[in-house]
Amino acid sequence: MSTRLASGGRLLNRGRALEFQFNGKRLKGFEGDTLASALLANDQMMVGRSFKYHRPRGVVASGAEEPNALVNLGKGGKFEPNQRTTTTELFDGLYATSQNHWPTLEFDIGAINALFARFLPAGFYYKTFLFPRPFWKHIYEPFIRQSAGLGKAPKDRDADTYEHFYFYADVVVIGGGIAGLQAALEAGKAGARVMVMEQTAEWGGRAVVDGVEIAGQPAAEWVKAAVQALEKMENVTLRTRCMGAGVYDHGYILGYERLTDHDPELKGPRHRLWRIRAKQTISATGAIERPLSFAGNDLPGVLLAGAVRDYLVNWGVSVGDRTVVVTNNDDAYRTAIALVDAGLSVPAIIDARPDGAGALGAEAKAKGIRVEEGKAIAKVKGKTRVTGVALCLQAGEGAVIDEIACDCVAMSGGWSPVVHLWSHCGGKLKWDDAQAMFRPDPARAPTGADGEGFVLTAGTASGELGATAALADATAAGRAAAKAAGHKPKTGKAPVANDAAEAPMAAVWLMPQGAGAELKMKAWLDYQNDVKVSDVQLAAREGFESVEHTKRYTTLGMATDQGKLSNINGLAILSQSLNQAIPQTGTTTFRPPYTPISMGAIGGSARDELFQPIRKTPMHGWHVENGADFEPVGHWRRPYSFPKKGEGLHDAVNREIVNTRTNVGLLDASTLGKLIVKGPDAGKFLDMLYTNMMSNLAVGKCRYGLMCTENGFLTDDGVVARIDEDTWLCHTTTGGADRIHAWMEDWLQCEWWDWKIYVANVTEQYAQVAVVGPKARQLLEKLGGMDVSKETLPFMQWADGTLGGFPVRVYRISFSGELSYEIAVAASHGRAFWDRLLKDGEEFGIMPYGTEGLHVMRAEKGFIMIGDETDGTVIPQDLGLGWAISKKKDDYLGKRAQERSHMADPERWKLVGLETLDGSVIPDGAYAVGKGYNANGQRLTQGRVTSTYYSPTLKRGIGSGLL
Amino acid sequence: MLTLQCPYCGVDAEETELNAGGEAHLKRETVGSSDDDFEGYLFMRENPKGVHFERWRHSYGCGKWFLAARDTNTLEVFGTYPAQSKEPPKELRDKISAKRPGWSWREFK
Repeated sequence: MSTRLASGGRLLNRGRALEFQFNGKRLKGFEGDTLASALLANDQMMVGRSFKYHRPRGVVASGAEEPNALVNLGKGGKFEPNQRTTTTELFDGLYATSQNHWPTLEFDIGAINALFARFLPAGFYYKTFLFPRPFWKHIYEPFIRQSAGLGKAPKDRDADTYEHFYFYADVVVIGGGIAGLQAALEAGKAGARVMVMEQTAEWGGRAVVDGVEIAGQPAAEWVKAAVQALEKMENVTLRTRCMGAGVYDHGYILGYERLTDHDPELKGPRHRLWRIRAKQTISATGAIERPLSFAGNDLPGVLLAGAVRDYLVNWGVSVGDRTVVVTNNDDAYRTAIALVDAGLSVPAIIDARPDGAGALGAEAKAKGIRVEEGKAIAKVKGKTRVTGVALCLQAGEGAVIDEIACDCVAMSGGWSPVVHLWSHCGGKLKWDDAQAMFRPDPARAPTGADGEGFVLTAGTASGELGATAALADATAAGRAAAKAAGHKPKTGKAPVANDAAEAPMAAVWLMPQGAGAELKMKAWLDYQNDVKVSDVQLAAREGFESVEHTKRYTTLGMATDQGKLSNINGLAILSQSLNQAIPQTGTTTFRPPYTPISMGAIGGSARDELFQPIRKTPMHGWHVENGADFEPVGHWRRPYSFPKKGEGLHDAVNREIVNTRTNVGLLDASTLGKLIVKGPDAGKFLDMLYTNMMSNLAVGKCRYGLMCTENGFLTDDGVVARIDEDTWLCHTTTGGADRIHAWMEDWLQCEWWDWKIYVANVTEQYAQVAVVGPKARQLLEKLGGMDVSKETLPFMQWADGTLGGFPVRVYRISFSGELSYEIAVAASHGRAFWDRLLKDGEEFGIMPYGTEGLHVMRAEKGFIMIGDETDGTVIPQDLGLGWAISKKKDDYLGKRAQERSHMADPERWKLVGLETLDGSVIPDGAYAVGKGYNANGQRLTQGRVTSTYYSPTLKRGIGSGLL
Repeated sequence: MLTLQCPYCGVDAEETELNAGGEAHLKRETVGSSDDDFEGYLFMRENPKGVHFERWRHSYGCGKWFLAARDTNTLEVFGTYPAQSKEPPKELRDKISAKRPGWSWREFK
């Protein structure tokens, strides 16, 4: 029976009760509770079922490492799966449901899998579902997918907001325990700009729970004074509920701050992602306790010894009335002593070490606790929760000596430093045989831009488990980081704590050490992914010798907790099976983030209209008001067509085309790229960029030009106008403006840097309108102000002037075959000019047309479109554009490539126009199949369709293709 | 997430401000070059574990192209210099020699 004690719980505010729901049950907790502590206070031992065998599972830890107690949290737009109850602070109205069971948590049909556990070993899926092959896609995979995953994906839009902060620091300290605080004090006193982040809501970490005394005062007092001192320093930023999520190249650090998770009523963003550049980072991330591997170690009621202590001291929760402590080290004795001091019963401490503990052992015995040295748990008794343990010799095979009734087992297999942040960016580890742990190797730190180490560790994270040693280590780390960041650290002695003398721990990877198959099949390594000792041993027998292979074969450490509890135990079992030392086996790779962070935090404010800036032309408002159907072109939104009320899109396109070819149409062409190339060498430069000659273009004239990459492939096209003696204006495709501008800059800065040219991208400075159709000239003459006659402004020329009072530049160019003027006005005049054209054009039957009309009309005329007829493998010669390739020029970009044998091959596919005999429209991208098959058994092809349309002019399907 | 100092504006630029532009100091081959030489120019690139010279552009800053020498393995940056350089400056090459004795990259050492 787990329950709330009448007193105690240093984090609780018993004056404020909170109500919450778990699986529909209304329960009560206190302010300061986590969801896990509140569930335990309500005797909710079982909180979920395991992934593969659907075994009942309870809370096992008290922090970020929790593998079992994951829940669906919230409802609707606030719903989130796989939330760890141990890191979820309780708030009034919290709504949680358990995961991975059907139909209920207590009665679950999937639990039948457990009966077949013998037949579901590691690699079961790989072996069983291999044959027959077609079954995989249609039978096995759908079945597995249905039962895969823990929580359910949210269905509603996320109702919360998120943000990013940018920050620059000399020293970032990750972890707000005594080591982190001490390191921050040292760095702060040296004058460094420091940020300290602590993932929980409280400063102080384990030392406060364990009742350590520092410099003669209780740890809690020391922590309070340290935080107050740091708060007074203007150069120090303190953040709780902020996790160091990842350490990346060149001192880039991600901090994940949870602003309102503990109180959703608070205004403002829910999460904040800190994007930090730090000169030095100190990882003071503490250590995580390891489980012990004995049969039944996954039953609800079996917890880490440190967690049992946390629930007692922090939240006044007793997990059981009778707690058996099982350990291979002295630290777990603290749990036994704390429980007895709180008036609870500890029937036995089962210590695997023949010689038992040091000073803490004597203290426990003095309190009358039975200590069984050299013993082990043969198995845990109970079905859905612990009812007792069977005692045996650690050195034996599990013959039961005694049975001890209990309702909680507190286990400790030793402590593993949290080396994740150290390792993210390449910090190396060394194996410490005495403490059976991987600890950071300071000689092989992650290195930054200057080639020097930029991450340090402090305290327990360094492998210093004693408080005095941890504080000394943190003092050194704080000073070293400040110095490396260019500050002068202070000197002085590190604070000293009252550490008890501890006996050495003993590495215990299996309990009892000679456990047989029956026991090993029930000894869990990875609770979340249901991986047992027997699975890892099977993987080793089947030849998976690399730890990375074993991980993937057994799924050890691949769940949402990423093996925080299971990895070391798993690789120790693997090492034993392979008869090699643990460091020889090595660890799997530590990758950020430390624990999962929300997608919302990653996105920050970049969602909805802020996700990507949308570019709008000056006439965009008119398009919206007149029902334009938009399509994205690059970052632009362009009208595809302007359907009238009740009119289909296809009909609208046809109407726009017919009208343009008989009366006059208007196209918003403002998105076309406009680059000004100016300077004494501009002509020479454009001759290199375009396949044809631009230097000899006369002032006042226009020329269509093609641009190729150095591979020879066509990349962009457009009309070039010569503005004056040393100025050209190059039109590019809508999507190509920024790319071609950058391309020009590249050649000017990196290859021909002595040429005198300046390029400016003026795309957005002008609104451009194409006035197209047989009545186009009449319309412009009505506006008046300049001569647009055939004689004065012939095809492929341009002129400046005014039209209807607007200063304009008129290009007599056409992309449809019709009489056409493209008219550029200042962007600020764009909408007024557009409105004026529509008003004055009414008598000529003017109608705007969209991009689809543009496409159809260019296809009717036989013009190519970049991106349709080109795909990065097409050269101008393929498209019958040989006329636009200068024979006179010595060189242009792509010329040499077009001389390569395959490019000059007469067998290359060539552009052809297509029309259908039956009037239908063939699918875009269709292949012209040939006869026979190639060496890969694929049907031979002799061409493909590059664009197809219905032509209202020809009243049939038309298209272009390469053949 | 690298940081590189732009040699033009002096800013320690974040990788998000930059665009990578591939290998530095390519010699443009064109009309008149052999097929092999042209193929080398178009396609053949160094892929070292160690010292490398690259083109970067401070796209979301001053817009200038520059060149950078760095270690692709440790990500150590030896230095950056203007794109208008036919070869890595001697000072930079000496600095690399001090840190990576015996290094070589294409024809440079």
